[in-house]
Amino acid sequence: MKPYGYFPGCSLRGTGAGYEYSLLALFRVLDLPVEEIQDWNCCGATSYMSIDEESAFVLSARNLALAQKAGCKDLLAPCSACYLVLRKTQDYVARYPKIGSHVQESLRAAGLPPLNGVRVRHPLEVLYSDVGLERIRSRVVRPWRGGRVACYYGCQLVRPYDEVDRAHNPTRMDELLAAIGAPTVDYPLKTLCCGGALTGTMHPIGVRMNYILLKEAVRKGAQAVVTVCPLCQYNLDAHQAEIRRKTGTTIDMPVFFFTQLLGWALGADPESLGLKRAISGRKSIAQWFAKESAEADAYV
Amino acid sequence: MSERDGLRIGVYVCHCGTNIAGTVDVRAVAESAAALPGVAVSRDYKYMCSDPGQDLIRQDIQKFGLNRIVVAACSPHLHEHTFRTATRTGGLNEFYFQMVNIREQDSWVHEHKGAATRKAIDLVRAAARRVARHRALEKSRTPIHPAVLVVGGGIAGIHAALTLANAGKHVYLVEREPSIGGHMAKFDKTFPTLDCAACILTPKMSAVKNHPNITLWTYSEVTAVEGYIGNYKATIARRPRYIDEDLCAGCLECIDACVFRQAKVPDEFNEDLSRRKPIYVPFPQAVPLVPVIDPEACIEFHSHKCKKTCVTACGERHAVNLRAEEKLERIDIGSIVLATGFRAYDARRSANYGYGVYPNVYTALEVERLINASGPTAGEVVLRDGRTPQTVGIVHCVGSRDENTNRWCSRVCCMYSLKLAHLVKERTGAEVFNFYIDMRTPGKGFEEFYQKLLSERVHFVRGRVAEVTDWALDSSEEGRLVIRVEDTLAGLFRRIPVDMVILSTGLEPQPDAGDVRRLFNISSSPEGFFLERHPKLAPVNTFTEGVLLAGCCQGPKDIPDTVAQAGAAAAEALALIDAGSVETDPNTAYVMEEACSGCKTCVPLCPYHAISFAQAARKAEINQALCKGCGTCVAACPSSSIGQNLFEDDEIFEESEGLLAYA
Amino acid sequence: MLRTLKYQREADPEWARQVSERPGCEGLFSCLQCGACSGSCPLSIYMDLTPRRVIALVREGFRRDALSSMTIWLCASCYSCAANCPRQIHVTDLMYSLKREAIRSRLYPPRLPAPILAQEFYAMVRKHGRNSEFWLVLRMALRSNPLLLLTMLRNGWDLVRTGRLSLRRERIHGTSELVALSGAGPRPGRAEA
Repeated sequence: MKPYGYFPGCSLRGTGAGYEYSLLALFRVLDLPVEEIQDWNCCGATSYMSIDEESAFVLSARNLALAQKAGCKDLLAPCSACYLVLRKTQDYVARYPKIGSHVQESLRAAGLPPLNGVRVRHPLEVLYSDVGLERIRSRVVRPWRGGRVACYYGCQLVRPYDEVDRAHNPTRMDELLAAIGAPTVDYPLKTLCCGGALTGTMHPIGVRMNYILLKEAVRKGAQAVVTVCPLCQYNLDAHQAEIRRKTGTTIDMPVFFFTQLLGWALGADPESLGLKRAISGRKSIAQWFAKESAEADAYV
Repeated sequence: MSERDGLRIGVYVCHCGTNIAGTVDVRAVAESAAALPGVAVSRDYKYMCSDPGQDLIRQDIQKFGLNRIVVAACSPHLHEHTFRTATRTGGLNEFYFQMVNIREQDSWVHEHKGAATRKAIDLVRAAARRVARHRALEKSRTPIHPAVLVVGGGIAGIHAALTLANAGKHVYLVEREPSIGGHMAKFDKTFPTLDCAACILTPKMSAVKNHPNITLWTYSEVTAVEGYIGNYKATIARRPRYIDEDLCAGCLECIDACVFRQAKVPDEFNEDLSRRKPIYVPFPQAVPLVPVIDPEACIEFHSHKCKKTCVTACGERHAVNLRAEEKLERIDIGSIVLATGFRAYDARRSANYGYGVYPNVYTALEVERLINASGPTAGEVVLRDGRTPQTVGIVHCVGSRDENTNRWCSRVCCMYSLKLAHLVKERTGAEVFNFYIDMRTPGKGFEEFYQKLLSERVHFVRGRVAEVTDWALDSSEEGRLVIRVEDTLAGLFRRIPVDMVILSTGLEPQPDAGDVRRLFNISSSPEGFFLERHPKLAPVNTFTEGVLLAGCCQGPKDIPDTVAQAGAAAAEALALIDAGSVETDPNTAYVMEEACSGCKTCVPLCPYHAISFAQAARKAEINQALCKGCGTCVAACPSSSIGQNLFEDDEIFEESEGLLAYA
Repeated sequence: MLRTLKYQREADPEWARQVSERPGCEGLFSCLQCGACSGSCPLSIYMDLTPRRVIALVREGFRRDALSSMTIWLCASCYSCAANCPRQIHVTDLMYSLKREAIRSRLYPPRLPAPILAQEFYAMVRKHGRNSEFWLVLRMALRSNPLLLLTMLRNGWDLVRTGRLSLRRERIHGTSELVALSGAGPRPGRAEA
């Protein structure tokens, strides 16, 4: 089997480290080979787009070209922002001749191959389509015994491209988690924006958006939120103390990457799931993961 | 004919006001034509289609002894007939005429005056070369069969059928559902007068049933159509309803007797808001009032072990026949009125409005049934859990004016939303919010109705609803549906909690409109509604002679417009019938017997089955009445022994050479 | 605050036309002003002008009002507007385009963190090929409002404690490739400036 090309993106090397660990562990358990793209660069996300669109496309295209050079057919982009920018680059290169020729010319000047059809994939969709619910279900060794979860898809994964899941009311993460026995709640805000970089640039507004998401998850009876994007996870996880302080609520819930729950259920080494990196809801994590493993406390 | 043989062509170049003269130098075109071989007179004139314009042709024929006419003007669709008539009344055979389109195909599509003028000169030269080769031809007449087929038994089909039948013509009315009545039969009230839909519709339905000139076939579909204007043959498949219409008295005791004590099957007529039995009539005023058995639901059709209490209940009448089979009817008709209606947009496609997810989100048609006295709640507007809504939100333009779903405005939604707002408020006293993009009330009495609603203090929020959600921010929203919308007039972002959401879904072509279009050989507009011949001047005709349109199959419209259009379609059919026959152009193919080798290549190629093989002579034979002049056989004949009137080889060659002979 | 009297001489219809030719902004003039963008925008409640009003200003050519609006800096690029627009206008692309133009024309409040973040991010990625989260946030805070750093202490400590804060300066090997990439070809979007 041809390995999936892997584009970690900047966040998975910092705040989103737990995502990278659990993703790689999960793919190992499922015997899906993954190969990191050598010398990848920034995807050209939101902030770069705000300065210079053309060079953002060129920057993003370099990654696609590197993946092609490595012989990859599929390029995994776990971060929603990376996924979107890579996908949008392909789309706009094809749709706008001016952008297309600029990008292809730039690639040629740098000695890189011209773009052709490497498929940009998000792990959620790979697990859903390539692996399938049936196979996931049959590989479960630790059925989920933890709390009810709200599946939170965020924005850029399902919009404007609805290839990973439907733009309105996506369900694939819900289905995957149901396959490992996790009870999911009906979460109406599953695609509402987490605030993105606003927690940095307009902090009070960003945190207010995090609060709205967490509050509704609690109202719907969720005991944890599960995410597919490093920025969503960071925003929801890192600001709970501040939210408690500002709103007088007692919200303290774990915010997982979906790969952490799936990896756990499919028998990945708990050490390898990056659970220690959680900021909020550590008590629940310790409790839920201890049921199966006596050493759980050690890594939470 | 050539100059030597006395060819004398008259060329007329029309200005069409500035339509042509604004882009084409008409004087130069006329002058250039004057120099062509055989042209005896060449003129330009402001409006050739006017009486003086036509007189010019007639006078010149006399004065200059013209024997061929060329008019360069607009599309032959518009005025070919006019100028042929002028040619004929001037004393020439009307086919010694050729029309050149220098408007739609030149002045309207080009901007450069020099190039457009050169194009016109080329086109006129080609026509002058062609017309020299024209032969004298005669038109033929086709008799019109006086019966009419009306397809679809909604208000459009009903009205067309009654108009025709009242004029003494025989009508076959074919309806797919078990009863006629269509969408209108589902409504409680109609806008803007709020008169009861059933009160005005059911008299017409019974009139159909009782009319001696109407053959009504419900639960039936047209499966094949062949022929041409005046002489169509149609095949209608009559699905078995398992109750004999001739024997049934409409006592409905079979329904009471059904072994299903409880109604279990979703009731389509009530938009699945209630249940019916496997044997049922769709609604109390159904026409014909004859039950139908749903073989999908009836256990006899699955296990053959039913006690058949329906048969017992019917007793001596023997109307219930569980072995009934589909019956085919073949009829001759002269014209066809298509009134196949619309389908409501599937609200599930607008996922942000939560239809199918939140039980208290309804479509407008569902609410029509809730309001209707014979509906699932006997006219009470209550939610699925039995509560009466205190606040109701009506979302306009669901599946309309939206590039993601349907681009068009569905025309009736503003008004029916106002009607529902009024009725819901009247029945429940609820606070009603309308969410609209633009309020469109252009019909008679419509604006006054809007004013009435405003004074009834129904809320109007201008903004396309972003989302219907059960996301609650506080206790006032808890357990309710929240409508998130920008109030674009007040300049506010609003969250409005409601108990009931009504989605005003748009109108779409029927899902099988494409099949119907092919069956009747007509055209559709890109969105799938049937295409009229001309949007303004031939709104009920199609490009297929003798096939007429009525109602929403041609595009969304309200009941008054539907009825008006149905009346117009009936009048068009009557005009055909009363004329007795139609003139048809001699645009047909013919076999040159001396050259035909009898190879039969052409016979299976003819799409109209007009070619037969004469065994005795061993030659192909073309039925002039069936031939539509498509030219397939002409092109296919290996021995070039099929010719075609109006499109003879030498005419086309001359025209091409003329076109390519740059001066 | 938007002045409520507008003289037609203040409008720049040519600019509006140029905007409508940028990628993703083609639908500008087909806007119905229905408000589906603003209604679905999670941030419109914090904006001085809703996205719908920004579109109205842009297509009438009121360049300065549109570009100096806070709206464009509140846009988090979540694409709700684009997904809900009945005219399929890529409102998010329009916002990006206005951000770029506002930065080039310096039409944003001084020390506003969002455009500073964008510029720092751009500079860092252009030079090193990758973004180093810690250094990026540090530079943004220093250039906009160093007091921000105080509010970030708690967060920073949480990240350090859980091993999520890396002080490493990320960079790629092929930085020379980046130079080659950025040097090539004409730059079609320069017309925006």
